Amino acid sequence: MNHLPLIIKREYLTKVRNKSFIIMTILSPIIMIVLISVVAYLSQLNNDKQRTISVLDESGLVEDTFEDTENTKYDILQDITLNTAKALVKETSNYGLLHIGKLDSIQTEPAHLEFYSEESPSLSLISDLENILEERLTDIRLQKEGVDIEKIKTSRAVVNIAQESFEGKKTSKVDSVVKLIFGGAAGYLLFMFIIIYGNMIMRSVIEEKTSRIIEVIISSVKPVQLMLGKIIGTSLAGITQFLIWIVLGGILMVVVSSVFGIDFAQVQSPQQQVMQQAMENTEVNMMVQDVLTAFYNLPITNLIFAFIFFFVSGYLLYSSLYAAIGAAVDNETDTQQFMLPIIMPLILAVYIGFFTVIEDPHGTISTVFSFIPFTSPVVMLMRIPFGVPIWQQLVSLLILIGTFVLIVWFAAKIYRVGILMYGKKPSYKELIKWIKY
Amino acid sequence: MSNLLEVNGISKKYGDFTALNNVSLAVPKGSIYGLLGPNGAGKTSLIRIINQITMPDSGTIFLDGAALNSNHIKDIGYLPEERGLYKTMKVGEQALYLAQLKGLSKSEAKERLKYWFERLEIGDWWNKKIQELSKGMAQKIQFVVTVLHQPKLLIFDEPFSGFDPINANLIKDQILQLRNDGATVIFSTHRMESVEELCDDIFLINKSNKILDGNLLEVKRQYKTNTYEVGIKTNTKSELQKELSEKFQVTPANFKTLDNELKLNIKLPEGDNPNDLLSFLTTKGEISHFVELIPSVNDIFIQTVKNN
Repeated sequence: MNHLPLIIKREYLTKVRNKSFIIMTILSPIIMIVLISVVAYLSQLNNDKQRTISVLDESGLVEDTFEDTENTKYDILQDITLNTAKALVKETSNYGLLHIGKLDSIQTEPAHLEFYSEESPSLSLISDLENILEERLTDIRLQKEGVDIEKIKTSRAVVNIAQESFEGKKTSKVDSVVKLIFGGAAGYLLFMFIIIYGNMIMRSVIEEKTSRIIEVIISSVKPVQLMLGKIIGTSLAGITQFLIWIVLGGILMVVVSSVFGIDFAQVQSPQQQVMQQAMENTEVNMMVQDVLTAFYNLPITNLIFAFIFFFVSGYLLYSSLYAAIGAAVDNETDTQQFMLPIIMPLILAVYIGFFTVIEDPHGTISTVFSFIPFTSPVVMLMRIPFGVPIWQQLVSLLILIGTFVLIVWFAAKIYRVGILMYGKKPSYKELIKWIKY
Repeated sequence: MSNLLEVNGISKKYGDFTALNNVSLAVPKGSIYGLLGPNGAGKTSLIRIINQITMPDSGTIFLDGAALNSNHIKDIGYLPEERGLYKTMKVGEQALYLAQLKGLSKSEAKERLKYWFERLEIGDWWNKKIQELSKGMAQKIQFVVTVLHQPKLLIFDEPFSGFDPINANLIKDQILQLRNDGATVIFSTHRMESVEELCDDIFLINKSNKILDGNLLEVKRQYKTNTYEVGIKTNTKSELQKELSEKFQVTPANFKTLDNELKLNIKLPEGDNPNDLLSFLTTKGEISHFVELIPSVNDIFIQTVKNN
């Protein structure tokens, strides 16, 4: 008798109807959106703040180079000593004072450049000031050497190397970034999915043990069937939750941004800033085009298939381990000692994904770990956007599926014995003994 | 086919520990079969093997003439000692689920559940969650779930634990009713009085080995010692006791009487007719008691386990 559909249905319905599940499903996107909104709002506030910087230029060389920008105003002080200037700035509660020292007769450049302020200024502010001064002083030097600055400015060339593979695919700098985002998202999604729903499976196995219903159930169904039913049912509930999160999150994002006028693009990660700087030279038009080509260049079909296969096998591999742990123990506190061996390869995979794959997607480490079954789902998913030969993907997938079958067999053994064991917390040695039963 | 279940030479080891050692038994069709044994004797291992929860290392099992296989799951109803239900599931839903796992269709299961809920007076619990019920109530549900699919073989492991006397009696009547309707019952318990009351056959297991089995009355006959409990009113107590001691094995007895009788247990030699003793005693005084001592299951249990 095949009871699998029945078990899946029960697992799914119990999970989905569970109050805390419903609350989590609805609350999580709301909390996320609220957090993002707060961050976005705060960074908007921060950007809106205008700073006034007083400048005391005793050399008289650079005072006319400071132009007010959106966020920074310059207040040029004249004919006062440094000490009075300091007192004055403190009084007016301006952000700080930039002091450019006097020129001695022989010198052509100011020897003293100092910035005084109440709090220590941000790195970006100082480097902005340095840039302004450097540019001005370079100009002055060039002029001294008799160079026409206007000529230099007009003859400055803008270079943008077009990239093309031997097969004729056009690529660009934006490409790697897009690939990174795709691979990273896929790998991270799998990681989160395993942690959240693996735990859920484990808890539901423990619940069956503590409520002592297990013996009744397995006098009707095979333990393997029960285990698979649990894994599949819980995963379906997980997918449901994920979809609701995406839809709800999307709707909320639109609502919040239109009602409160919060621009989510304001929330910038450091990477984005770096990316923007890298693209400053490129024209906006070209950038949009680059992003589009980047998307176009992604091995979309390969990506989708690989995502499905690696995601499913990787997830099943880990969740059967979670089920086995749940069967081996009596309560959740006893799971700790068995969790580490599961979490370790996962975290390792994510680290390798985010550090090594980004650096060198086809290097030795990335390649090796994309074949090792416990790390391959995450690492391979991150590598694939950069183009991995199909044979490598297939071999890795085969290894993964082979391990998966082995682990399910092993987990089912532990599960079969473990669900009927009560009382003591088993050791690894005992688990191995159970496999032999 | 007079035996519903035949177990032949079953052995089961867990690592170095032997749970069952070459155990055989036969459960007659339509009987209530008592499975007795001290804690850890191997009862649960045996029951789990019959339920195909675990596999024996060696030996064969036949149910209704056919080697035990997965199709037999629907022919067996099992109420384990460690029992429970999904706490957050509703009574009706849960009973339906468990019935469907035993191969009943949904509509059939619903109909029978209604019948049984009425029979055990639990009709209005359908939409309650298990965690809202008392332990006894949950036990009732569990009992219903066990018998719902009308299995040929019912296995009850300590079925009365957790019930108050009234409900225990109700369940006992249901078990007898099921037997009368044609089911065969294997009944595992430590409560000897219910074995006495219910069982037709018994099976005693200790330290993984069978120590005795058979029809309850025959076992009792086997264990009876031809001893009679006697109470007699006489003025010459010590003389009579002395006289009897010369002929038979006599020990003082202790039971409740109204007068100050001489109370003795008299063991007759094999083949002696108790009538001769009785007619001899009538000449010595007024007899208030003359009862054959039949060994209780409790006595047999303790005696055999200790001797083992």
